Amino acid sequence: MLMKSFRKKYPPNFVIGAVITVVMLLLILMSFFYTPYDITKMDSASKLAAPSFRHLMGCDNFGRDIFSRVLKGMENTFVIAFLTVVIGTAGGVLIGAFTGYFGGWLDEVLMRIIDVVFAFPSILLALVFVSIFGTGRYNVVAALGVAFIPSFARIVRSEFIKYREMDYVKSAQLAGVGRLRIIFVHILPNTFTVLMSSIMIGFNNAVLAEAGMSYLGIGVQPPDASLGSMLSESQTYLFSAPWYAVFPGLMIILLVLGFSLLADGIKA
Amino acid sequence: MLLEIKDLSIEFHDHDVPERVVHDVSFSLAEGEILGIVGESGSGKSMTAMAIAGLLKRHDVEKKGTILFEGTELLHASRAQLRKVQGNDIGIIFQEPMTSLNPVKRIGWQVEESLRIHRPDMSKEERRHRAITALSDVELPNPEQVYKKYPHELSGGMRQRVMIASAMICEPKLLIADEPTTALDVTIQLQIVKLLQRLNKEKKMAVLFISHDLSLVKRLCDRIIVMHNGDLVEQGSAQEIFENPKECYTKELIDAIPRLEKLV
Amino acid sequence: MKYGLKKFVTMLITILCISFLVYLAFDVIPGDAALAALGTDVEPERLAALREEMGLNRPFLERYFDWLLSFVTGDFGTSYKYNLPVADMIVSKLPVTVIMALISFIIMTAVSLPVGIYTAKHSGGRIDRVITVVNQIMMSVPHFFMGIIITYVFGMVFKLFTPGGFVSYETDIAGFLSYIIFPCIAIALPKIAMSVKLLRGSCVGEAKKDYVRTAYSKGNNTNKVLYRHVLKNAMIPVITLWGMMLADMLVGSIVIEQVFNIPGIGRILLTSISYRDYPVVEAIIVLIAFVVVVTNFCVDIIYGIIDPRINVGAE
Repeated sequence: MLMKSFRKKYPPNFVIGAVITVVMLLLILMSFFYTPYDITKMDSASKLAAPSFRHLMGCDNFGRDIFSRVLKGMENTFVIAFLTVVIGTAGGVLIGAFTGYFGGWLDEVLMRIIDVVFAFPSILLALVFVSIFGTGRYNVVAALGVAFIPSFARIVRSEFIKYREMDYVKSAQLAGVGRLRIIFVHILPNTFTVLMSSIMIGFNNAVLAEAGMSYLGIGVQPPDASLGSMLSESQTYLFSAPWYAVFPGLMIILLVLGFSLLADGIKA
Repeated sequence: MLLEIKDLSIEFHDHDVPERVVHDVSFSLAEGEILGIVGESGSGKSMTAMAIAGLLKRHDVEKKGTILFEGTELLHASRAQLRKVQGNDIGIIFQEPMTSLNPVKRIGWQVEESLRIHRPDMSKEERRHRAITALSDVELPNPEQVYKKYPHELSGGMRQRVMIASAMICEPKLLIADEPTTALDVTIQLQIVKLLQRLNKEKKMAVLFISHDLSLVKRLCDRIIVMHNGDLVEQGSAQEIFENPKECYTKELIDAIPRLEKLV
Repeated sequence: MKYGLKKFVTMLITILCISFLVYLAFDVIPGDAALAALGTDVEPERLAALREEMGLNRPFLERYFDWLLSFVTGDFGTSYKYNLPVADMIVSKLPVTVIMALISFIIMTAVSLPVGIYTAKHSGGRIDRVITVVNQIMMSVPHFFMGIIITYVFGMVFKLFTPGGFVSYETDIAGFLSYIIFPCIAIALPKIAMSVKLLRGSCVGEAKKDYVRTAYSKGNNTNKVLYRHVLKNAMIPVITLWGMMLADMLVGSIVIEQVFNIPGIGRILLTSISYRDYPVVEAIIVLIAFVVVVTNFCVDIIYGIIDPRINVGAE
């Protein structure tokens, strides 16, 4: 009976997603303080060593411990994706809230610009950014963050357009509540559910975009570890050391999968 | 008898507790007759209509009793058997004219649809001719133009007329009207009721008119059935029900009608 | 046709905006054609003279329109690095990238349409549940990792193609296609998952609508209801997604080109970025953006054809 009501409340997808996400987050948290090996320590004796108890995921072509590097790479990916979503959400909420609430010419102009940026695939925008400002993690964050603003702005804007016509907002206006207060206290909390699901989707897209960029060599720079650049390196040794490719790839998949299952569960 | 319903019971099993929506309902409908079913929402009147039209969900529904249409059992008939009757002998119109038409298909295409299904030999021109006649039958102005339009280009009242036209295109013997006027303005409501009345007379088509609006039912129907909580409370001629209601639920319903006459 | 005209004008304005922003972005960064030609340790006088000669001292807007005008006539400028016309560098590579994106798109639509319809029709069934799980996992796989998996499985284990053995379409069309199909599958697979999910959800959502009940009441069978009524409505959001995906695939093939060692637009773009060869980067970015915007325009037009409500409404 208890089991049944638990299952009803938390569908299996949600539970699996939550478990994966929690495990991943714990690993990432751990990587801030501890990795089994120094991620830059090379050991020529264990070049491309297969997974073993000493090296859980084996070693790369420099004899560096893949598990440690995967942990650090996940941390980098997570931090970059997190900051990207923060910038995207903050920018999107500000633009979306003001354009949606006030409308008018400001709305017209800003939305045209948003449309133009939106028409631009985010990786391409990030490439422009990187080619102008150079590579590196903060440039990636800035590039992806800006690229993510339009999608958030559109969602928040349409929510604000919906809410600004509602009676409770009208009565707040009549009662003389300040505009900023109406925007941030009366309306914004109501957009939370919609915003939350797009934040989770955005996070996943950011993870995938970051991985793609570091795969192309324009994200986090070596010798620092990133899942994308590990995958790029691993390709040379794909035949002799397939595990080098498998583990970083698997971690990206798990990170995204956990979050998307969780997001689906929350939505339902 | 055109339609005979005996001991109809419908139960839903899609929640933890089975929900009984119709319980042991029996009534009949003669050819060319207009029968009204009244009751508040949740009284089971719409479910009864859906059962007759063969539109009950397949899963999680337990149905008992019989529905005889011209002597053929419909309630437990196969989907294939049902389809031969649907749109051909029985037409139905629904409460929401705004959403009951397919938004991406032209009016003409939708009106003709039953003909395409049930009269596959009919030529394209003949179908078109019939559809336009049907559209003018339901008193739509410029039927030729309406034929080419999309649902969103018409008002609610016009859409309900289109629904009637498409339900009647195969000249069915029974038209089920499930709260056809509820979503419409009061003036339009009256027009639709008058239209149904006229079509009933001209086409000799029986009408099962389902509504919660007693005053409309009184205006239109020969006989009335009162339903409450899935039970058939009372049935009789319109005059009997209104002048001499036997059950106190019926009396309450009648008293609840806001009536101008009372004030005047 | 007012709607189409409006969308066309919007498209032109968008292209203009993008080209302006890109030109502006590359204009404000330090380094220009004169500097690139002479190198950094040159006397300021010679630099200034060359700048004057190359017209780099003219007002920004004048230079922009000049650049735009030559861009539309097919003159994309000169590469700093190779001192070659950018157009010549791109023209031979563009077909590879475009063909890859198109094949991926065809694979995606050809697979996701039947699978999406099947799962919608049998939603809740066993196969549907399996496909839903597979979808969920597919969507989490970055397409370049998909590429690596495909390289390993089909290239190294089954030896269906030689990893890194790209054949140019100019020399051997069949060889080119049989190589290119694998990167295309890598691009398409995650997209198939997304579009199956959307199509299924859209069909199931539409099937609950009132007009479906009306269709059944006329004596339609399930297939007729699905194909004649539900599908067209359900396709509306899918078309939007597909439009965005076509653009995504074009950009995605930049990454996939690296995985499969294919000399396409992506390769030039990445090397140009690392050499700071701005005219090339600029030209490719504007060109891709142009294709993306034109694609969006086509989607809008298809949208207008499928959904009659769009043509008449204010928006």
